[in-house]
Amino acid sequence: MSASKEVLLTPVAKNNPIALQILGVCSALAVTSNLNTALVMTLAVIAVTAFSNLFVSVIRNHIPSNIRIICQMTIIASLVIVVDQILKAYAYDVSKQLSVFVGLIITNCIVMGRAEAFAMQNPPGISFMDGIGNGLGYGAVLMFVGFFRELFGAGSLFGIEILPLVTNGGWYQANGMMLLPPSAFFLIGAFIWILRTWDKSQVEKPEFELAKNTKKEAV
Amino acid sequence: MSANNDTIGKTITVTVLLCVICSVVVSAAAVLLKPIQVANKELDRKSNILAAANIDYAGQDVIELFDERIKTKIVDLETGKYTDAVNAATYDANKASKDPALSVKLDRSADIASIKRQAKYMPVYLVEKDGQIEKVVLPVHGYGLWSTLYGFLALEGDLNTVVGLGFYAHAETPGLGGEVDNPKWKALWPGKKVYPEGSVEPELGLIKGAVNPSAPGAEHQIDGLAGATLTSNGVTNLVKFWMGKNGYATFLANLKAGEV
Repeated sequence: MSASKEVLLTPVAKNNPIALQILGVCSALAVTSNLNTALVMTLAVIAVTAFSNLFVSVIRNHIPSNIRIICQMTIIASLVIVVDQILKAYAYDVSKQLSVFVGLIITNCIVMGRAEAFAMQNPPGISFMDGIGNGLGYGAVLMFVGFFRELFGAGSLFGIEILPLVTNGGWYQANGMMLLPPSAFFLIGAFIWILRTWDKSQVEKPEFELAKNTKKEAV
Repeated sequence: MSANNDTIGKTITVTVLLCVICSVVVSAAAVLLKPIQVANKELDRKSNILAAANIDYAGQDVIELFDERIKTKIVDLETGKYTDAVNAATYDANKASKDPALSVKLDRSADIASIKRQAKYMPVYLVEKDGQIEKVVLPVHGYGLWSTLYGFLALEGDLNTVVGLGFYAHAETPGLGGEVDNPKWKALWPGKKVYPEGSVEPELGLIKGAVNPSAPGAEHQIDGLAGATLTSNGVTNLVKFWMGKNGYATFLANLKAGEV
């Protein structure tokens, strides 16, 4: 049982898909301008990674290795369409905000990365856990970024006003940049920094040492 | 894992089986969830129309309230009269604007809202009280900075005074052009006049900065959106286009004269 717990929890901090594997960054920029969309996106990605890992793992011994990527893609794409349809039916407002990004889970490298790297070699149960774990890792970054973007960009959390905005008669001048995708770059950078300060083993060895400058400045 | 997975027979079998199973799952999801999705879309559209007409629908059954208060009619924009050419309950003007049989290509000089093609027939939503028209809700759309803004403009029974303007779909910059959704800005619209006295040329539009209420023509002016000149221009253009002679001007004139 400890193996499945490990598989579930290491992707959240020790081996985070966004922070360490640097996968799925593009959607992390797009859907994190408020916590609502970030949460729904997290749930959608957890569902897709978990079930794609499960199904790929179930048929892993029958997938011809020549067409394995296409087989994984077929499974992932089908799951994403199902998730998209469910969101449209039961969470219409959020699905309108997420618009094209639900469909783009298909191209989220985390999903296929885990199917190819983990589910092709491991039995279904543990693959399913690995999918949930990596979805959670993705979600942790999304929620972190979404928290700061919504709080400082719109003065609210989950749509509930925390800092009253100047435009609504309060005192907080919203930081417009926080609502634009580039701000997520800074926040993800900060997240990676904090993570690597806490867990030094994630810091890569420098590829080369800078030689000391021996030349005198030009006169 | 054995090498015999890569034989042609096995490859084809796996591919076919996988595709069949996946397509069954996908089509089942699409078919089973379709009714709920259609209902959602309908609910969304109807609540937007009610919001534009300034009818409070909080805590009420939107569909019931809509059917009770609002009458949908289809207008032929060219003649400005009601038409039965299409079914009002199922007609989708956005879809029609892409269908060559149901739309017209706009001349570049006339196309100030940058919508390229315009549907021949547009739905209008009437709020009636004792047989008199109390409010008219008109669907409008036009290009802003990044996206087409879709919304509803509602007029009072005099067919000139604005009840409200609201957009239900756009992708303008949050915090700048996205402020078209700000309730404080939307509150500037009610009471403004579309046409000057005795004219059919719409005057209503956004100006740079804030409106001086005592200046002449202030009833045709709305504060511009700070930092969003192109979105502001887009909103002005779409109001001018849809209220002009290519839009609803003919229909509104007929309605005023009682000849629809």
